[in-house]
Amino acid sequence: MSSTFTLIEDGRAHALAAEIAGGRVRVSAASLKSALGFELKPEGLCQGEVCFPVRDRAALVAGDALDLAELARITGRPLALDVAERAGALGVALDDRVAALRGLEAPDFTLPDFSGRKHTLSAYRGKKVLLIAYSSW
Amino acid sequence: MWQALYAELGSQGFVPITVALDRNADEPRPFVEKAKSTHPSLLDTEHRVAELFHIVNVPTMIWIDERGVIVRPQDNQFGTDTFTQFHGKASGPYLELVRAWVREGKGALSPDEVRKHQQVPSAESQLARAERSLAWHLHQAGRSEAAERHFVRAGELAPKDWTIRRGSMPIRGLNPFGPDFFELARQGGAEFPMDEVTKTRVAPRAKL
Repeated sequence: MSSTFTLIEDGRAHALAAEIAGGRVRVSAASLKSALGFELKPEGLCQGEVCFPVRDRAALVAGDALDLAELARITGRPLALDVAERAGALGVALDDRVAALRGLEAPDFTLPDFSGRKHTLSAYRGKKVLLIAYSSW
Repeated sequence: MWQALYAELGSQGFVPITVALDRNADEPRPFVEKAKSTHPSLLDTEHRVAELFHIVNVPTMIWIDERGVIVRPQDNQFGTDTFTQFHGKASGPYLELVRAWVREGKGALSPDEVRKHQQVPSAESQLARAERSLAWHLHQAGRSEAAERHFVRAGELAPKDWTIRRGSMPIRGLNPFGPDFFELARQGGAEFPMDEVTKTRVAPRAKL
């Protein structure tokens, strides 16, 4: 692969080996697997236990690389792409987010406080939690 | 305010968790230092909580019960009356609701009621979050011009999401309390279905 591409996922930046040409980003299958756990299998494009059927393999696969926009399309995930900046952000599939919200279980998160100490929501199970999102603006 | 409520109700199995959707620790720090919180007071530069809970404006309150279940979805409520003349909502009745929940178990909604009044994302708003995430990364990498394109795109995709549009103003060199914000306010923010349930409005929203 000729260059690197930065893919943001879940707030983290991953440097992936990629080929960028004609507005398309083709990411090395090996680096996609090690960074995000995506793997092309006979049953489809898989991430862990979840597999998505691939109807048009030619659109997804180019040698040992996968087309990033096609991967996003197949998995239903939003992709913000800046080819010139060699960077993109892969978001959460709408269906997954809606299902999680409709399930009503509070999604867990870990964030730092202002002295850098980390706190995890689920550590407060057994209490009534008032979650307050605010900002300085 | 939340610290006072924690002092009052903390021994009864209640904890407020505040999450600042800010670009760095410095901007919310004056609030944090003034509050002298002993409850969790967290910083979310990546908007992780905004994404997970689909939060589209601040302040947004969510009730989570002892089992970790959401029993009152995204609710645009206030802990003080500092800005009541602008947004038209009173804090007193809301704080009473929280007290009644903690002390008497009142006010938790049924699962169907929660779903009915929940804000949920759209394909556009999910793409907007990805665009914002890319913009924030590019900004931090010193690629301000490229970042600007993606902040603008994110705002176009989610025009009523102020965590994106107002929240990106300080990053983009715009004033979130100045003319850029007044224009945004004229365009309007997201509707909160919980407004029908949590009736704290004492005046109409001010026209800017």
